[in-house]
Amino acid sequence: MDFDFTPEEQAFRAEVREFLAENLPSRAERGRGFMGEWLRKVRDRRWVGFSWPEEYGGGAGSLTEQAILKEEMALAGAPPLGTSSMGLAWVGPGIIQYGTDEQKQRFIPDILDSKVNWCTGYSEPNHGSDLAAIQTKAERVGDHYVVNGQKIWTTGAPWADWIILLTRTAFEVERKHDGITCLLVPMDSPGIDVRPIENMAGDRNFAEVFFTDVQVPVENRLGEEGKGWAVTISSLANERSSIGEVTQMFAKLEALKNLVRSTKRQGKPAADDPAVRRRLGEFEAKIAAMKYNGLRYLTKQLRGEPLSSETSVNKLHRANLEIEMDDFAVELTGLAGVQLPGSDEAVDGGRWARSSLGWPSVVIGGGTPNIQRNIIAERILGLPKD
Amino acid sequence: MDFGFTDEQNLLREQVLRFMTDACPLSVVRAQNGGLPRELWQQAADLGWLALIVPEAHGGIGLKWVDLAVVLEESGRGLSPLPLVSQALAATAIGRCAGDDAKSEWLPKIAAGDAVFGVGLYDDATWIDAEGIRLSGGATLTGTKPFVSDATVATHLLLATRTGRELRLAIVDAEDATVTAQASIDRTKPFGSTTLDGIEPLAMFPISTDDLAYLTDCGAVAVTLEGIGAAEAVLALTTDYAKNRIQFDNPIGKYQGVKHRLADMFVDIESFKSLAYCATWAIDNAPDELPRAASLAKAYASDAFARIGIDGVGLHGAIGFTAEYDAQLYLKRSKWLRSAFGDADYHYQRAASLGGL
Repeated sequence: MDFDFTPEEQAFRAEVREFLAENLPSRAERGRGFMGEWLRKVRDRRWVGFSWPEEYGGGAGSLTEQAILKEEMALAGAPPLGTSSMGLAWVGPGIIQYGTDEQKQRFIPDILDSKVNWCTGYSEPNHGSDLAAIQTKAERVGDHYVVNGQKIWTTGAPWADWIILLTRTAFEVERKHDGITCLLVPMDSPGIDVRPIENMAGDRNFAEVFFTDVQVPVENRLGEEGKGWAVTISSLANERSSIGEVTQMFAKLEALKNLVRSTKRQGKPAADDPAVRRRLGEFEAKIAAMKYNGLRYLTKQLRGEPLSSETSVNKLHRANLEIEMDDFAVELTGLAGVQLPGSDEAVDGGRWARSSLGWPSVVIGGGTPNIQRNIIAERILGLPKD
Repeated sequence: MDFGFTDEQNLLREQVLRFMTDACPLSVVRAQNGGLPRELWQQAADLGWLALIVPEAHGGIGLKWVDLAVVLEESGRGLSPLPLVSQALAATAIGRCAGDDAKSEWLPKIAAGDAVFGVGLYDDATWIDAEGIRLSGGATLTGTKPFVSDATVATHLLLATRTGRELRLAIVDAEDATVTAQASIDRTKPFGSTTLDGIEPLAMFPISTDDLAYLTDCGAVAVTLEGIGAAEAVLALTTDYAKNRIQFDNPIGKYQGVKHRLADMFVDIESFKSLAYCATWAIDNAPDELPRAASLAKAYASDAFARIGIDGVGLHGAIGFTAEYDAQLYLKRSKWLRSAFGDADYHYQRAASLGGL
């Protein structure tokens, strides 16, 4: 047991810090051209797609250095390393694992260069948690698939250039997980209709996506026909340390402590209230647990030991914390806590009120807490499936 | 960066697991009636477990708490009645705070198992602070320490005393004291109320408030490590039951009301395991970080294991709370563990203070 890093890893951390000191101005000082320049600079360092193979433009970096990079970026409050979060998180890794050489050459550089934004066409109106039951139909006609059906809750669809789309190519199957095929589809294909949905925070970043006789060339199929479920599952398990999220949560905890310090309840400092102090202690313990769970799982990964579905442990913690920390801040500050940005009475500019409405994208997207519990119960504890 | 155990530590883990399975199964644990199982204690000594963290210069093996962690986790899995935590605390306290003479005299006896230590730090059941220590330290000791862990099985007692602001630890021959066994929920964790009537301690050495906090943190980490094994054992027992118990034509583990609770138990155990390993690492490598790490681990484990103990029994239905079935033994351990070396509330409040509130 040893939390020390090798001299090379320490040197890498120093390099990242130095880079951030030189290239990351404070938010107020960031001009219009900042983001473009930032993306180019991190790309030049090969920090985008840090662990991806070199031959496709990735950084070929180690898992430990990837964790260091994420931690330092989060500590500095740096913006993302690319504009397509889904492209970097799972579309790219999915293409690297299952794609043809031609697909890798065609798609990976554009993801790394932030030229193309991806969205993910998984959920359907009748199939969300039961994802493997999807019904969007892809019918092979010559050298094309013809897609008909509907996706929903598709985050980023209003501005995405491409969609990674789960379709059904076979309906007469023994297991519903068979007969699913994964297609890569340009969003400007004729027959695609995107209708944004307003969420409870007032944002319109997810949408219904309708497909009517959309023609997709066969060369845009990712993996084999009928084997799309494996693509979905394995591409989600790319990185396990969750160190970036943990670092952001520690920063949020500090902000929460500052809020407590400046808040009075019933005329008395909230910081002296044992119930308030205990809640903060509980938050800290959960975030620290996420951190050290992540390091244990990273260690297993580094040693080449098999990992089951342990990432669901941290997903559950994150879901709870996403909801509870904002909710705590809103309750702590009374009616001022419910004021949104724009209100003169808003607390911290309405930050807490606003994010208290934003958790569902994290908590529900990628599998609800109850789905994570099913995964743990069935895959780790070996309990029977529902 | 490597947050895992070495091959040697994994071998030690297997050795302890084998010992618990072969020599000290729950049937043996149940048969103990507050006494020390001499033969098992001797085996533990022969296997070197009592000498693990004692320095080589004093007859020990000179390993670290992270090695001891493996022993505590696996002996906790089987609810071992051996006073391993008290023995480890005595070794730690004497090794850290006592003078050379006392070290030379006592550490070899601890390592060999010839001295069996009971430990009593605080006099008040709900006050973890130097001020809560009332037993007065002098050339002779008179008074009562009500909660001395393992006093009933000990040959020697390590007792905290206070005179004004001066804290001292006293080593007392258990035969010189009147030890009254106390009926308590968890029989695998015996207590004795210890009355001293003008007796002369065998040794006395001063400690600082930091030392006292350090020993308390070591105790909190030690019982949390035992709790990892115990909580995993009751989760395994309950999971197994849920796979085999058929109701409404299905194994009850198929129902989300059952399986989700079991999944949440897994999440909690994984989490306080990670926190406890981190705190163990801090004992060996970063004492400055120990208070926060120990408090987060003990707080999380205190709450989580208490719920796991209750639900481990509850998910079984009526069979779960029969005396014959083993689930109840873990519930009892969880109630003891919750209060030992500070409960969740104490440790969360302390974590908040350490975090700048």
